[in-house]
Amino acid sequence: MRNLRQLNNPYGEDKVIAACSIFGVMDTSGRRFTGKDVLRAIANMHVRGNGLGGGLAAYGIYPDYAEFYALHIMFDSCEGKDATEALLNNSFKVVKAEEVPTQPHPAIASPPLVWRYFVEANPEQCAGISADDYVVAVVMRINTEVEDSFVFSSGKNMGVFKGVGYPEDIGHYFCLEDAYKGYCWTAHGRFPTNSRGWWGGAHPFSILDWTVVHNGEISSYGINRRYLEQFGYQCTLETDTEVVAYAVDLLMRRHGLPLEVVARVLAPPLWEQIERMPDAEREFMRALRQVYGSLLLNGPFAVVIAHEGEMIGLTDRIRLRPLTVGEKGDMVYLSSEESAIRLISPELDRVWSPVGGEPVVARLKSGRRVSRGRSSELAKA
Amino acid sequence: MKTFMPAKFTVLRDKDRCIGCKVCVNQCSFDTHYYDADDDEVRSREQNCIGCHRCVTFCPTQALTISRNPLDYRENFNWRPENIEDITKQAESGGMLLTGMGNDKGQKIYWDHLVLNASQVTNPSIDPLREPMELRTYLGRKPDRLEVSSSAGLKTKLPPQVAIEVPVMFAAMSYGAISINVHESLARAASEAGTLWNTGEGGLHQKLYQYGKNTIVQVASGRFGVHPDYLNVARVIEIKIGQGAKPGIGGHLPGEKVSAEVSQTRMIPQGTDALSPAPQHDIYSIEDLAQLVYALKEATNYTKPVSVKIAAVHNSAAIASGMVRAGADIIVLDGIRGATGAAPKVIRDNVGIPIELALASVDTRLRQEGIRQQASLVVSGGIRNSGDVIKAIALGADAVYVGTAALIALGCHVCQQCHTGKCAWGIATTDLRLTKRINPEIGAQRLVNLLRGWSLEIKDMLGGLGVNAIESLRGNRLHLRGVGLTDTELRILGVKMAGE
Repeated sequence: MRNLRQLNNPYGEDKVIAACSIFGVMDTSGRRFTGKDVLRAIANMHVRGNGLGGGLAAYGIYPDYAEFYALHIMFDSCEGKDATEALLNNSFKVVKAEEVPTQPHPAIASPPLVWRYFVEANPEQCAGISADDYVVAVVMRINTEVEDSFVFSSGKNMGVFKGVGYPEDIGHYFCLEDAYKGYCWTAHGRFPTNSRGWWGGAHPFSILDWTVVHNGEISSYGINRRYLEQFGYQCTLETDTEVVAYAVDLLMRRHGLPLEVVARVLAPPLWEQIERMPDAEREFMRALRQVYGSLLLNGPFAVVIAHEGEMIGLTDRIRLRPLTVGEKGDMVYLSSEESAIRLISPELDRVWSPVGGEPVVARLKSGRRVSRGRSSELAKA
Repeated sequence: MKTFMPAKFTVLRDKDRCIGCKVCVNQCSFDTHYYDADDDEVRSREQNCIGCHRCVTFCPTQALTISRNPLDYRENFNWRPENIEDITKQAESGGMLLTGMGNDKGQKIYWDHLVLNASQVTNPSIDPLREPMELRTYLGRKPDRLEVSSSAGLKTKLPPQVAIEVPVMFAAMSYGAISINVHESLARAASEAGTLWNTGEGGLHQKLYQYGKNTIVQVASGRFGVHPDYLNVARVIEIKIGQGAKPGIGGHLPGEKVSAEVSQTRMIPQGTDALSPAPQHDIYSIEDLAQLVYALKEATNYTKPVSVKIAAVHNSAAIASGMVRAGADIIVLDGIRGATGAAPKVIRDNVGIPIELALASVDTRLRQEGIRQQASLVVSGGIRNSGDVIKAIALGADAVYVGTAALIALGCHVCQQCHTGKCAWGIATTDLRLTKRINPEIGAQRLVNLLRGWSLEIKDMLGGLGVNAIESLRGNRLHLRGVGLTDTELRILGVKMAGE
């Protein structure tokens, strides 16, 4: 029997209430670019955060190690690092291990150690489960069992950089202006109301290559979390946003639902709208809500969810948090405020605010995927 | 034998107000009021009064006051009046003490120690007068996941699902225990409000088959009135293993209550006692239960969810898990405050556990085993208001049953005399002189009004919590806090202390 009462959050918090700025950008042609403009854009929404959390996710940044899981892990102590590395060496073939490069920044005080490990999951060790599931299990173990260690991200050819500070400062600290090039970036500036300044609690939240940046409060968190716990996810971090990452991982990777369907689970139409749909669609939507009602994200939110080759923007179904979409050529922008998009791309082809619950999906154009695999199945769906 | 029992109530008749109309005489089914023709005066036999207030409600001049008989015993914490009087009754009758309704003892009511959350600043509350607010709930087994294909859309075929528009259903009360007019009131109200009512174990009268879409039919140990049409007309079939008011024992409808119509519906001879055995004699184990579950599914071609109802007892969590694995699509837990038409008093008041604790432990256990979605969870036993309903849902219930609350809506004053068959309100009786006191049209209206009122209140509370669909509260115990509970109680309920 599964022990669902395992306490794993060092701060004993179930949920931290936060307001925020969110930003996402993708070059759908697959061209890779630095984080410089992303940092300018998120800095433009400085007042939406309060300096207690900022972070970015970048996709396509490790082309030389694209086939390995890139684990970004923070350590609060050397003992934690030693214990985690012992676990990693037992669990994986570690291809490369190094500290994530940083540069001093006056606003960044007492940062933890952040290292990255490129690892390969040995099929024998996976023992019948997929390599992805195996990685998730190891990540859950590090987060719940190893002291002073937290996994920022664990996907291939991507990484999460985050910490306590304004996102532009965190970005500078991790040298994101020029050290990395990615085809997709998401960013987050945080305004937590009761954070204790823990680096693990900043956004983006991530599992495998899924990342989530989130503005809002998930009032359904309690049941979202209990539902996910049934599937082996343990909510270890200090925020409600984590459930979004796990929900998307469960629905897309493990249950094989396309992203558009996942959006309908997280922000479903009202029953009265469903009853007016054509027969097949009505049956489909009814079934979605009947089966996945516990994953409905209720309460005000706007999120940008990304993974390999895809980025999605979504608000709650009565749109209690802002989200604006901009398009310019191959570029797609998602932002809490239009001004942030205009700052880095003044002449947009198209700009609009999606209605509540309407997903906006940006995808790499076909044939330009950074790597093959799962994503090709998504194209069909 | 002279009875040593004192009168429970005194009847005060204001002579200035009384107009001698004899309404009280006609309304009282316990022969408390009588007309003394010699003196041309209406008088009372106070020892008969059971405090149902029928006379008070119908007295046109408000001439009547009923109060507790101010009979003080010498103070004694151990030998309280109830203990003394129970012994007196048994010394005179030599039998088990029977009673009606639910446990009236002072065991902790956990609903009163749970409080709800509301949104402030960081999260807007939602105004249900201006925004959609969804209460619809689907009962039935859900698959663990959905499979979709790009061409065919939905590949997974869902087991039967039943929608209710408000998460409150009418609990099992059998025809015979309550009158046909009460059954009709419940059936019509359920149809109008978009919820379900439950026949109880006494079969379904032919004239109520038209409400089949909103009917749960019960299959209990006596198998009264169970036949193919009965099963097929229903929306849900419920196997009754036990009942909160009398866990572990059967039932007994006295022959006097088995009228021609009851006899026809129950499929037993008129005037014979209807005895429900304590266990179902084809269910001595969990695998036997699975056989009956699937027999009923086979009989109805897998078109209806099959529910299994048990009394909440010490190991409910393990039992519930077995029930889900035995094929139950809905699990019903009936707590220690669950009511009855008749039960031995000692059992009603001492056997079983509070529904709040049973609910919390069953929901937690099913989640630990990863099978919570395989069955809906319905609880009953003393649900008094929409606050209890919403707390039950936050603890993990899909819906609740109300029995006593529905009867109160029809006029019941909870005088606990259901077992006598003399209900002055015309509810728990088959005496035709009394049953006509319930008009099904008015009865249905009162019940619909109650459900509407509760729905509005539930929507307001959901909006205050910042959610607009009931599934976002179901099992969401973070929205509850405990007040005045021990660490153990909080742990079992899975809620934090207020202030945490």
